[in-house]
Amino acid sequence: MSALLRGVLLYGEGDPVDVLVEDGVIARIGADLPAEGVEVIEAQGKVLLPGFVDLHTHLREPGREDTETIATGSAAAALGGYTAVFAMANTDPVADTQLVVEHVWRRGQEAGLVDVHPVGAVTVGLKGEKLAELGTMARSAAGVRVFSDDGHCVHDPLLMRRALEYSKALDAVIAQHAEEPRLTVGAQANEGEVASRLGLAGWPAVAEESIVARDCLLAKHTGGRLHVCHVSTTGTVDVLRWAKARGTGVSAEVTPHHLLLTDELLASYDPVNKVNPPLRTSVDVQALRAALAEGIVDCVATDHAPHAPQDKDCEWSSARPGMLGLQTALSVVAQTMVITELLDWRGVARVMSERPAQIAGLPDQGRPLAEGEPANLALVDPDARWTVRGADFASISDNTPFEGMELPARVVLTMLRGRITAHEGKVCG
Amino acid sequence: MKHLLSAADLDLDTATAVLDTAAELKATLLGREVRKLPTLRGRTVITMFYENSTRTRVSFEIAGKWMSADVINVSASGSSVNKGESLRDTALTLSAAGADCVIVRHPASGAAHRLAGWLGHTGTGVVNAGDGMHEHPTQALLDAATLRERLGDLRGRRIGIVGDILHSRVARSNVHLLATLGAEVVLIAPPTLVPAGVEAWKVPVSYNLDAELPGLDAVMLLRVQAERMHGGFFPSAREYSIAYGLNENRMKLLPEHAIVLHPGPMLRGMEISSAVADSERPAIVDQVSNGVHVRMAVLYHLLIGTEGNAL
Amino acid sequence: MASPSGAATDPAERRELLSAGDVARTVARMAHQVIEKTALDAANRASVVLLGIPSRGAPLAARLAEKIAEFSGVKVPVGALDVTLYRDDLRRKPARPLEHTQLPECGVDDRLVVLVDDVLFSGRTVRAALDALRDHGRPSAVQLAVLVDRGHRELPIRADYVGKNVPTARSEDIAVHLSEVDGDDGVYLSQGGQR
Repeated sequence: MSALLRGVLLYGEGDPVDVLVEDGVIARIGADLPAEGVEVIEAQGKVLLPGFVDLHTHLREPGREDTETIATGSAAAALGGYTAVFAMANTDPVADTQLVVEHVWRRGQEAGLVDVHPVGAVTVGLKGEKLAELGTMARSAAGVRVFSDDGHCVHDPLLMRRALEYSKALDAVIAQHAEEPRLTVGAQANEGEVASRLGLAGWPAVAEESIVARDCLLAKHTGGRLHVCHVSTTGTVDVLRWAKARGTGVSAEVTPHHLLLTDELLASYDPVNKVNPPLRTSVDVQALRAALAEGIVDCVATDHAPHAPQDKDCEWSSARPGMLGLQTALSVVAQTMVITELLDWRGVARVMSERPAQIAGLPDQGRPLAEGEPANLALVDPDARWTVRGADFASISDNTPFEGMELPARVVLTMLRGRITAHEGKVCG
Repeated sequence: MKHLLSAADLDLDTATAVLDTAAELKATLLGREVRKLPTLRGRTVITMFYENSTRTRVSFEIAGKWMSADVINVSASGSSVNKGESLRDTALTLSAAGADCVIVRHPASGAAHRLAGWLGHTGTGVVNAGDGMHEHPTQALLDAATLRERLGDLRGRRIGIVGDILHSRVARSNVHLLATLGAEVVLIAPPTLVPAGVEAWKVPVSYNLDAELPGLDAVMLLRVQAERMHGGFFPSAREYSIAYGLNENRMKLLPEHAIVLHPGPMLRGMEISSAVADSERPAIVDQVSNGVHVRMAVLYHLLIGTEGNAL
Repeated sequence: MASPSGAATDPAERRELLSAGDVARTVARMAHQVIEKTALDAANRASVVLLGIPSRGAPLAARLAEKIAEFSGVKVPVGALDVTLYRDDLRRKPARPLEHTQLPECGVDDRLVVLVDDVLFSGRTVRAALDALRDHGRPSAVQLAVLVDRGHRELPIRADYVGKNVPTARSEDIAVHLSEVDGDDGVYLSQGGQR
């Protein structure tokens, strides 16, 4: 299959060019390329970026197929401009064995809309007691390179040390959900003014920062690779800055919601705003944006977390934490980073595609827009404005905190190895 | 007033109107043969208590019954609540069954707000009878009614709230309402029982009870719940009592006119010495009787002038 | 019932029915009638109680008691009986502040209670007062005194003592002013229409 993208701006820069995709790769880039025998996609003024890579997605299969499946999550990913996603291990059963990770991998291949890479659990059953068979999962057909107990912190320092050490042989990264459990017993909201007013048990920033600091020390000590999930506080940024300056093997992600939303939203007690780590203050939001622009925080990851209505339409403390993110990530990044001129589109390519692909060791993702490179592409209309409607999403669930917001920029076309997976808001299966 | 969810929702006019109504109700019911008013005849009030609180539930029940409302008590143990029915479904069911007003006590902060949202289209009013660590507005109203009886106008009066501020819905509601009524509030507690972010409450915080007592017109003691005592918030009940318990020696530091409030039940020996609890100064019995009148007033302002739940 | 906006009525559009002097004379005449009809004398002094219905019935009752004392030498107990909680229009009108209820120390049991109000209109306020009274005790008899009877009864209620009968249209408003409440005395008729 061949396609010609006409009039695109590579990374939003320079003069419009045509991009010819053939046999899954970018065959030619140039002005006024011949259009005979190929599907022509008029894309004047659209921004062409490498397809996005999400290091942090909950696809809920197996176990909670009533909220999301690998197929529906893949569709949401394709519509959001993603060409690779990492499916977190907190499924039922937990992805802590070769059997489960290969199942997820295979189901992703069957859906065929996005490369679904299973994340393996660090510990058996996410219980934080005993290492899972990391090597077996790494050597399986799924080729797991990212391990995480996300949802739970690997809080035992010895276990975390062993995971960082052991994973060196696998060329893998340990993605830590940084939350000191003793400091967050019953925690419901960012510890601070809003939580004190609303009577919600506080989730102190230091519960994240202390684990990140400890893990950075462990990563430096062991030479292992640490990835910090969903950085949410100013203090964590400071710790990362310090750790990176001393040559620690650490990378970090921030979610779109932590770049845009603050705990002031909690006043309604609507659990659609409940997420873990919790929404923080506007000071944290500004610090996270600056850290992402600077590269202290490497990338954006959605922490896409579908939930059933009954798990959200309840009292705050009973609600499950988590938010949808795949179909809004690009727009939220545009709103918080591009419009604010903290990042240009080349910077967006870095934080949404290139860095996550490097962190996860994906050789064919996050590649330059150049002839001969794999055609994993996201085409963005930078001038679009749209209103978020959770009900319109490809996800089964609709728990988006951005409901009703008007956001800038929209993905108009996604291409996975030269095949169009989403076009003008429609999935191309 | 459609709902009473937070003391912060009461502006000065509304708070004053409710307190004035409560005072008139108290006067009109005093010494009467028939303590029953026909005012809420045909109105249905449902109490939904997901936490045990005989004190508050009975107070609301009496308030409703003295106003001739039909009061139905739903307790979490005696209903479908126990079978795992969601709060939302329970509330919608009770509304559909004809409740004009739902009075809810729930361990989750914000539960009353959620109920009000779910019932928004039904005409059923919601009264927050205590939600988690958030608020307990009718307790603040009855405290204010008691303070007004004893002290008159509260403008410029200085009220000390002592004890477990962190976990106290009573403290949160009182801070809002007392500020609205023009009183100065000072929070007095060990640092571990003061919430992070308290600066935003815009009230002074003190760790030293003895230093504050001489300047106070009233001391409001909060319950220190048993689970807190074992939660490492302070070393021991004994040490708490030494620093923050109200005993006879401390009473001597209080000005003559100052009064003592406690939302009950009291932990004698720890929060308050028996001698102080049983002396003339505490207004604790008044708080209980004012509780009924304040809740009658709340129901009056909530249910009068509305066509109610049209089913 | 008096117009709630009585004191604010535009003077140009209102007609004076009773002047301040007329009000005083009318109250005096009503006092004489009460003395006569209740056979109030030293032997009977203990039995009569005046209860004004707030807001303007309360000062009116006090004035009546003053005149009764002046003419008969008997001091009759006076109180106020708020009927707000007994009204039959509670669902329709916004919650209003309660007025003060103050019963005389002797109570109302076995007393001849004279309810006092400024204007008798539909009769619904009096109906509410009768219900309220029942909850406070059991009078031997209840009578009604009003300064103005403007007609348009909606219930089978009539007054025992009427200061002035004023035929009105439903659309008109009667405003009774009493200095204790309004700063001046007088009774006025105006075109209401907003009723």
